[in-house]
Amino acid sequence: MTTMGSLILRTASRFLLPLLLLFSVFMLLRGHDEPGGGFIAGLVAATGFALYLFAFDAGRTRELMWADPRVLFGLGLLAATLAGVPPILVGEPFFTAMWWPIEVPGLGEIKLSTPLVFDIGVYLVVLGGVMTIVLALAEAEE
Amino acid sequence: MNPEVALPILIPFVAGSLSLVFFRSNAAQRWIGVIGTGALLVSSLVLLYNTWSHGVLVMEMGNWPAPFGIVLVSDLLGAIMTVLAGIMGFAVAVYSLPSISADHETFGYYPLTHLLLAGVCGAFLTGDIFNLYVWVEVLLIASFGLLILGGERGQMEGAVKYVTLNLFSSIMLLAGVGLTYGMTGTLNMADLAVKLPEVENQGLVTVVAMLFLVSFGIKSAAFPLFFWLPASYHTPPVAVSALFAGLLTKVGVYALYRFFTLLFSHDVGYTHELLLWMAGFTMITGVLGAAAHYEMRRILSFHIVSQIGYMIMGLALYTPLALIGGVFYIVHHIIVKANLFLVAGVVYFLRGSYELKEVGGVWHTRPWLGLLFLVPAMSLAGIPPLSGFFGKYMLIRAGVEVESWGIVLVALVVGLLTLFSMVKIWAEAFWKAQPEETGERARRFEAALPQSAVVLMVLPIIGLAAITVFIGLGAQPIYAIANAAAAQLLDSSDYIEAVLGVRP
Repeated sequence: MTTMGSLILRTASRFLLPLLLLFSVFMLLRGHDEPGGGFIAGLVAATGFALYLFAFDAGRTRELMWADPRVLFGLGLLAATLAGVPPILVGEPFFTAMWWPIEVPGLGEIKLSTPLVFDIGVYLVVLGGVMTIVLALAEAEE
Repeated sequence: MNPEVALPILIPFVAGSLSLVFFRSNAAQRWIGVIGTGALLVSSLVLLYNTWSHGVLVMEMGNWPAPFGIVLVSDLLGAIMTVLAGIMGFAVAVYSLPSISADHETFGYYPLTHLLLAGVCGAFLTGDIFNLYVWVEVLLIASFGLLILGGERGQMEGAVKYVTLNLFSSIMLLAGVGLTYGMTGTLNMADLAVKLPEVENQGLVTVVAMLFLVSFGIKSAAFPLFFWLPASYHTPPVAVSALFAGLLTKVGVYALYRFFTLLFSHDVGYTHELLLWMAGFTMITGVLGAAAHYEMRRILSFHIVSQIGYMIMGLALYTPLALIGGVFYIVHHIIVKANLFLVAGVVYFLRGSYELKEVGGVWHTRPWLGLLFLVPAMSLAGIPPLSGFFGKYMLIRAGVEVESWGIVLVALVVGLLTLFSMVKIWAEAFWKAQPEETGERARRFEAALPQSAVVLMVLPIIGLAAITVFIGLGAQPIYAIANAAAAQLLDSSDYIEAVLGVRP
């Protein structure tokens, strides 16, 4: 793996990773009514970490991610499942969308909702799942 | 609004994701395993009770009205199956505590088990055929993972056959779903039950019915495409085998019951005649395969196949009594079959082998285990007063009533051969003395097994055996539930009214 890391790739991936992560958050948040959403955003974020993995190695990528990808996967699945629960508490069927729009000065209206929680869950599942596979492959090769 | 309909799917998902979050700690995963499956069992019992007292329960997911959104429907058959999934999950979770090695736990045994249970419960409760396909995929993916846990050579060999045939069956299922949608413009089961009889080209409906028949036939390991099951079920850890034996093929059987009562009951003379032939051949090939083998788990695997034949026989005869017998048989079979695998597992941990030629003498050291084996074994063979007797009695009587003598004869002979297989295991593993050549290994295994492990493994066996005895001695309440479930299957107007809000 380390043989692939040229100086250009290493430098570029350092700059690209934060950009890709920011872009993935943008994709995640605009997703409900416009193109985007948790799945594609999770893939973009995973691309950033995968690029870092190609430039450096599996150990450093693990250090960079704040949690083990499997934990991310579990947290995401938990968030996505629990996103369906709040409607039950107010007597609506499972997975009914609930919206809590709030006005933030300077930013305009922000729509907090259970679909947003679900999307964040999907984001974490995709990021965790892809990184579990990629890291396992990279470590097997090393 | 019935939140209890979604709970049996929700609970395994939450438990599964929690055990992923705590993947570093095997102890935490064990606790989540036992508590999660226990909660699943409780919620499924609540569901059955409410379905029994209030009739068919429906939940429209995301508040999208049927037939446009996905509905979860709990009728009595679905609720009964969910309870069985809960019992299996809990029993296997307790049994797993001492019997699953730390390696397997680290590689995701518990998350996969919860995912499997979620898929199974989802398949039992959904009222939408595409959603059914999705749940079947969920449980298949989980079962692929469980099957190759440990990655031994034999497991890979079995898994290749298992994966190939099941993917083939999934393609058939998806094709059938697509064609059904093309014909009727709906995927909701209740809506389909109304619209399928109105389709102009009834010949095409029968063709699609055949696609579903082949697909679910493969998944339930019915003749002629059953060979993936005996090739793979004896390879994973025994707790996994027990879970598979209890639940996986029964999803196929459940889907056959659902599809060929609610949806495709317009041409019974053709479809159910075919099912009857399938049932007969499934019974015979399964039991003959079992007679030829001397490995406990292989014998038991072949018996799953032959027992599937009885369940399909109940559907194929398509009389009230036959359907009651069929539902009763499913209840009895799931409990008994899983229990036999669990007992075989204990014999392995005591003697170090599943080969009947290499084990023996369990009766002399642990007579109570012999008795615990006899309960499910004699029940499987259909000895009164255990649960299997009543199931077989009802099915055979239903066959006599419609004068279908061929299948009656087959069912009786297969029952006798089942007894032969069970007595073979009893005589070899329990009665005869431990063979000298393998005595050393047996003593080593028995010495290495702590007493607490034995207790944890035997507790679920006692529980399941108690249920078997209860179904046998107190057959009346189970018969009453099976009776009501069969009535709902034969007259689908309650189901349709609950989902669509109008009486057909």
